[in-house]
Amino acid sequence: MTTTENPAATDTRTITLRVNGREITRTVSTRTTLADFLRDDLDLVSVHLGCEHGVCGCCTVLLDGQSVRSCLMLAVQARGHEVETVESLSADQTNLHPIQEAFAEEHALQCGFCTPAMVLRCKEIIADGRTRTDEEVRREISGILCRCTGYQNIVNAVQNASRRCASTGQEA
Amino acid sequence: MKPPRFLYCDPDTLDAAVALKAQHGFDALMLAGGQSLMPMLNMRLASPGVLIDINGITDLQRVVRTDDVLEIGAGVRQSAIESDEQVHAAVPLLARAVPHIGHVENRHRGTVGGSIAHADGAAELPCIAVTLDAVIVVRGASGEREIPAKDFFQGFLSNACAPDELVVAVRFPVTPAAAGTGFVEVARREGDFALAAAAVQAELDEQGRISRIAVGLAGVAATPVRATAVEDRLTGAAADPDTVAAAAQLAADVVTTGDDLHATAAYRKHLATTVVMRAVLAAVADAEQRTQNGSAS
Repeated sequence: MTTTENPAATDTRTITLRVNGREITRTVSTRTTLADFLRDDLDLVSVHLGCEHGVCGCCTVLLDGQSVRSCLMLAVQARGHEVETVESLSADQTNLHPIQEAFAEEHALQCGFCTPAMVLRCKEIIADGRTRTDEEVRREISGILCRCTGYQNIVNAVQNASRRCASTGQEA
Repeated sequence: MKPPRFLYCDPDTLDAAVALKAQHGFDALMLAGGQSLMPMLNMRLASPGVLIDINGITDLQRVVRTDDVLEIGAGVRQSAIESDEQVHAAVPLLARAVPHIGHVENRHRGTVGGSIAHADGAAELPCIAVTLDAVIVVRGASGEREIPAKDFFQGFLSNACAPDELVVAVRFPVTPAAAGTGFVEVARREGDFALAAAAVQAELDEQGRISRIAVGLAGVAATPVRATAVEDRLTGAAADPDTVAAAAQLAADVVTTGDDLHATAAYRKHLATTVVMRAVLAAVADAEQRTQNGSAS
C-alpha cells in the first residue's frame, strides 16, 4: 500500500495474504466478504455460512490467531494478514490434530455445521494452557451457535483437547 | 445477504480519510471494525457509494493517558481495551463493561470509535461515555471539535457528526482513586444486546454517604441515558440497600423503549430499576473496599 493524499476508490483490488501458511495473491471484488473469498476463490469450504450477518458464528476463522467472523470482514481487509481455517489442522483422517481427536472422542458434533468454527475457537481458547471451568468454556464458545444444541459434548471436547495439548506439550 | 456494490478505499492517514469524507459526504461510510456496518451492508440496510476503511490509520490506534484524561483512539479494538491494564486502572468502568460487548469474536474486530459512532442506545460504550461525561473528538474538513457525550448521541443510531466529520478519539475522565464502579447488564443470552444495563460510578464521604454518583442506562431508550432523578435522590444519601432500592425505582421513568420483540415496556422498566439497584450497590461496595485499601496503605 502506498501513501497517497486521496487514494482511489475502486471496486476491485489485488490482495496478498497468508492462508493456512501459504502466501496467496488474488484479485477480488472489494464487496466480497472474507468468508465468500475463502469458500469460492480458495475452495476452503469448511468456512460455513449460516446467517451471514454475524449472529451464528459458523464462519469463524482465525485472523492473526484471533477468532473473527469472516462474514463481517471484506476479503480486501485481510490483505497482509494471516488467515487460518480448519483445513490447516489436518487433512489426514489417520493422523488428526489433537483437537480433532478430542472432538471425535467426545462425540462433539452432530450435524457438523458449527464444528469447524468450534474447533478453531477451541484452538484459540486452549492456546494459553490455562485450566478452565466448564462454565468458563461455555462463555468462551458462546459466540458460536450449535443448532443441534450439543453444547455439553463440545464443552467436554474443549476440556479434553486442553488436557491433550497440555500433556503432550504440543502447541495448540 | 451479500454487501451491495460500493467503491472501496483505505487511506493510511487521517488527513486522507478526512479529505475523502469531505469529498463524498453522506454517500461515504466509515468502515472500522465492521461489526455493525457489515451486517447492515449484508442485509442491505445500508448502501453507501463509497466505503472508507480506516483500519490502516495508525494515528487512530493509540491509547494515551494523562493525569486526568484517558484518550482512546477511534480505531482501538475493543479486545485491546479488555486486556489493557492501563485502561482498567484509569477507567475501571470500561473494564467492567467491555466484556459485555457482543462476543469475543466481535470484540477482536470491533473498535471503540466504531461503537461510539454507531450510537446504538443498547450498546455498552456509548452508555459508559454518557455516564462518565466523556468527550467525543471528531474531525472534519474545517478541523477538530470536541463534543460532550450527552450532546453526541442524538437519537436512534444518530450522532452529532456533520457529513464531512468522523470520530477520531474518545476522551474519558480518569476515575478518582476512591470512586467505586458497577456495571450490571441483563440480556437474553450471553453476548446479546442489553435488554437493560446500568453503569454506575460513586464516591462516598467520610460518613459513608454517597457524595457523588453517576448512573447511566443502556437498552431502555433510543440513546444511552442518565438516570438523573436517581442521581439526585442518592447524592448525600446513606448507601444502605433500602435507600438504594427506593431510589432505583425512579429509573423506571427514563425507560422510553416500548413493547418490542425482546421485552414489554413494563418488563424493561422493571429491569431498569433492578440493574440500577444492583449496579449502585456494587459501586458502593467497590468504593468502600477502595477506601479501606486506601486507608490501610
